[in-house]
Amino acid sequence: MSLALDLALCALILGVALATVAGSGLFRAIVFFIVYGLLVAVGWVRLGAIDVALAEAAIGAGLTGVLLLAAHGRLRRLGTARDASHGAHLLSALAGAALAAALAWAWFVLPLPERPGPELAAAMPRAGVENPVTAVLLNFRAWDTLLESIVLLAALIGLWMLTRERDWSGRLGLPQHSRAGGVLASFGRVLPPVGLLIGVWLVWAGADRHGGAFQGGTVLAAVGLVAAMAGLVRPPRIGARLWHVALMIGPAVFVLAGLAGAILAGEFLTLPPPIAKPAILTIEIALTASIAATLAFLVLGPPEEGRAP
Amino acid sequence: MTGLTVFALTGAALVGLGFYGLLAARHLLRRVVAFNLIGSGLFLFFGAAGARGVGPDPVPQALIITGIVVALSATALAVGLVVVHARAAGHAVLPEEPEEPEEPKDEGAT
Repeated sequence: MSLALDLALCALILGVALATVAGSGLFRAIVFFIVYGLLVAVGWVRLGAIDVALAEAAIGAGLTGVLLLAAHGRLRRLGTARDASHGAHLLSALAGAALAAALAWAWFVLPLPERPGPELAAAMPRAGVENPVTAVLLNFRAWDTLLESIVLLAALIGLWMLTRERDWSGRLGLPQHSRAGGVLASFGRVLPPVGLLIGVWLVWAGADRHGGAFQGGTVLAAVGLVAAMAGLVRPPRIGARLWHVALMIGPAVFVLAGLAGAILAGEFLTLPPPIAKPAILTIEIALTASIAATLAFLVLGPPEEGRAP
Repeated sequence: MTGLTVFALTGAALVGLGFYGLLAARHLLRRVVAFNLIGSGLFLFFGAAGARGVGPDPVPQALIITGIVVALSATALAVGLVVVHARAAGHAVLPEEPEEPEEPKDEGAT
């Protein structure tokens, strides 16, 4: 029964992915990609990876979808959203099929890993949190997460560098306008309080249950985006000092906690068990602020005042 | 055939589909979307591989969450570059290849 469900779900995923790649029209491809992200999130639930499912639904389908739709809007303003058809591309199809076949072959010859990760189970009491995914992200493999938060910042700086000189002092993103009394204007009032609550809950609960800084931060970023699109708040400018603090506080607190670990435990980014829980919570809260701000700014894009004169 | 195998093979097929899209699509934004399909397929494959045995392993899950976030930041930068390219060049569609190495028959002439 459950195998039938998996088969049906995977058939749907593949069908939607095929429509994304091979269908005609840019807009349609983007919409199919959003549907695809939601279906894959269901797949992650089937695999028992709830934290990944939350991240995929919020980031993979949600934020990426908004990003691509906004890009489509910008390209249409430039008159460049028209897709050219690609005929049957034999060599590319062969390359794709070969890659898929190689991966499928790898699946059947991969040796089974030693289960169930005895090192992780033995280390969990020292982690300070109950959710093993959070423990890996913020304690055992904290290096990955620290560097990731810096990658986010680097991507944002790269994106801002694409700003035109005359737009530099403008507000981030395209000028937004929503019809008074329209769907977006009223939705933009209803959603943010609910989203705020869910975002904060995801961060707080992430220590011991499913959720965490990334999922919560993404929901908070989405709250900001909805409010900005509904015209309730105006996006900041690149030079806003307060937002610079928000962008950098996560990596900064993370590095400070790492240095504290270096002094107390003798190794950078090692959290001694007595202070692990408060340290992880502090890092998570600071990281959530930075992730929310960075993701929202990444999706808004560089400032763009309007049509080129 | 178990559920995990189904998801792993789906992941493998997604990588293949995405790779095809990356090579064949002519609009730059569609290439970005195809690139995201490759990443997502790899995550699925990796996640299924990590879930073999007793249950889902938290270490691959944490790495996949990291990967999803990095994929979004790379996508945002790529999309920004596509828009800037479209503004500078006046088009976001790659021109038809002047010569086809092994398939001399399809001639677009647009």
